[in-house]
Amino acid sequence: MNILVYFEERNGQVRKPSFEAIEAAKSLGANTINAVLISSNASTALTDAVKKSGVSKIFVVENQGFTEYSLKAAAKAVAEAASSSGAEVVIIPATGRGKDLAPRVAVRLSAGYVPDVTSFAVNASQIHATHPVYAGKANIVVEVTTPVKVFSTRPNLWKAPKDPATADAAVEHISVTLSDSDFSDRTKELILSQGKLDVAEADIIVTGGRGLKGPENWGLIENLALAFGAATGASRAVVDAGWRPHSEQVGQTGKTVSPSLYVAVAVSGAIQHLAGMSSSKTIVAINKDANAPIFTVADYGIVGDAFELLPQLTEAVKKIKGH
Amino acid sequence: MKIIVCVSHVPDTTTKVNVAADGKSIDPAGVKFILNPYDEFAVEEALRLKEKNGGEVIVASVGSDAVKEAIRQALAMGADKGILIKADKSDSFGVAALLAGVLKDQGADLILLGKQSIDFDGMEIAPMLAELLDLPCATVVVALTIDGNMIVAEKEVEGGKEQIALTMPAIIAAQKGLNDPRYPSLPNIMKAKQKPIEEITLTAPSPRTVVVGMSKPEKKRVGKILKSEGNATAVANELAKLLHEEAKVI
Ligand SMILES: Cc1cc2nc3c(=O)[nH]c(=O)nc-3n(C[C@H](O)[C@H](O)[C@H](O)COP(=O)(O)OP(=O)(O)OC[C@H]3O[C@@H](n4cnc5c(N)ncnc54)[C@H](O)[C@@H]3O)c2cc1C
Ligand SMILES: Nc1ncnc2c1ncn2[C@@H]1O[C@H](COP(=O)(O)O)[C@@H](O)[C@H]1O
Repeated sequence: MNILVYFEERNGQVRKPSFEAIEAAKSLGANTINAVLISSNASTALTDAVKKSGVSKIFVVENQGFTEYSLKAAAKAVAEAASSSGAEVVIIPATGRGKDLAPRVAVRLSAGYVPDVTSFAVNASQIHATHPVYAGKANIVVEVTTPVKVFSTRPNLWKAPKDPATADAAVEHISVTLSDSDFSDRTKELILSQGKLDVAEADIIVTGGRGLKGPENWGLIENLALAFGAATGASRAVVDAGWRPHSEQVGQTGKTVSPSLYVAVAVSGAIQHLAGMSSSKTIVAINKDANAPIFTVADYGIVGDAFELLPQLTEAVKKIKGH
Repeated sequence: MKIIVCVSHVPDTTTKVNVAADGKSIDPAGVKFILNPYDEFAVEEALRLKEKNGGEVIVASVGSDAVKEAIRQALAMGADKGILIKADKSDSFGVAALLAGVLKDQGADLILLGKQSIDFDGMEIAPMLAELLDLPCATVVVALTIDGNMIVAEKEVEGGKEQIALTMPAIIAAQKGLNDPRYPSLPNIMKAKQKPIEEITLTAPSPRTVVVGMSKPEKKRVGKILKSEGNATAVANELAKLLHEEAKVI
């Protein structure tokens, strides 16, 4: 099997979900894994970073137009790279950009597409891709019936190795004709929320709910998050009350997350909240109500008052982490 | 300005999902269907643009007769007319292709969708439709400004927002936060019953994906729940120790 993995760049860096997608590709039993990178200026630093993933070859589409990212042009470039590399499978990380890119690439390749894959299995050379549906209340297993297949893989589920191999990959520039009309969408600016870890990317999340009474108590959540090195999340009740921005909301109408550790504090665990976090690896709940539904999905929990427990837990975590 | 809003008809968010006897679809017993919540933001944005610039708002949906309910809901919010594209069940590509076939000759300035259907959570129709119609698109959009034939859309991404400039005609998929959808008033619900819904029957292209199984996620949770009972320090230490030594997450 010949697989092409899309490497997403942000501010000159290759993003982690692309390395995870390589692990997903390996799980399919690929004999050849290649990478595609699109850039206005594919520096050696960038291609060297991609080489660490151990791919056989890096296909680079370089075009001045990509000084500003364009989805439409990117789709054309990635589809051409897929064709020239002879890819039977294209994997694109299901990031904000990737979830738009993958369906467009699939259409260009006349390929079937499965979004937001959380696991793969290969059965008698058929790929079975699992995709959560109904806000995580069920999983479907999907087979693609076209010769070329496109998947997007959910971030944070496959683990990229910490000490990557020092492999050397050939870099092949391919030229793709792109005209002005291919750039009819352009990303002008990426405005990052200042210095904060985003819930969608974080490996550990501490989420606060309405039980914290008011925004003046949010410092308790922030302190615990700091001790863990975590991002902070919020329930909808907290967002609707204006204590926290919508970008931090976890759940059906917020973000879907699957960190290795999710700590829910004074969150009741409504079905719409569970929808966004129940695929987290380890779930911890702190709630004064022993019957709160959040305990039904919790691995560990404490029944008790968050105001008493949070400062203690923050100290305990700091001690273990040695700072 | 001519605006087309694509809507889907999906199980209510509080639906209890049970797997049907075929082992690959949801058991429809007792399931209530609603207009996809994200599509409400798309309809609302279309209505606001029409109120500002004049024009027409058309609602299109692919499905069986049942999806007329979703179209009626959008008409009750204030859309002008509906198009029901009747076809056998297909995959997302099939839906996008059917929409593209009907929309390509409509001359819309703007096509609005929701960022995702809350049934299969695919987030794929908008980009697929855009590719089929050779149009630019932006999804997960929380703010939209239009100036001449240029749109500036704000898209939510990991860690922040992107500002995307698009040339019209364009496709935009709405995220919560784009606006506050209106509730249809009773007179408007009555009026919606008189509004036209054009029906077009088409054959879906052959599906490119097939669902071979559906299951509920198995939860093997450890379930160690400690009780604080006035000893906050001790249980906090115990929990931190479990996370470190047993769960190995810190
Ligand atoms: C269409 C739709 C979409 C939705 N989408 C989302 C979504 O994306 N995300 C989301 O979160 N919700 C969503 N909701 C809302 C959801 O149904 C709940 O209303 C919401 O999650 C409740 O937030 P909460 O747990 O913070 O508040 P509450 O339900 O009020 O829970 C507060 C909890 O705090 C506990 N508590 C109180 N005081 C203390 C204390 N001192 N110490 C410890 N515990 C304490 C209480 O026991 C209680 O369990 C949605 C709802 C609908 C209808
Ligand atoms: N059957 C359909 N008919 C018309 N529009 C649809 C249909 N299914 C999905 N859509 C639109 O596509 C958006 C994204 O859906 P999805 O890609 O299925 O998550 C929805 O919010 C709708 O606006």
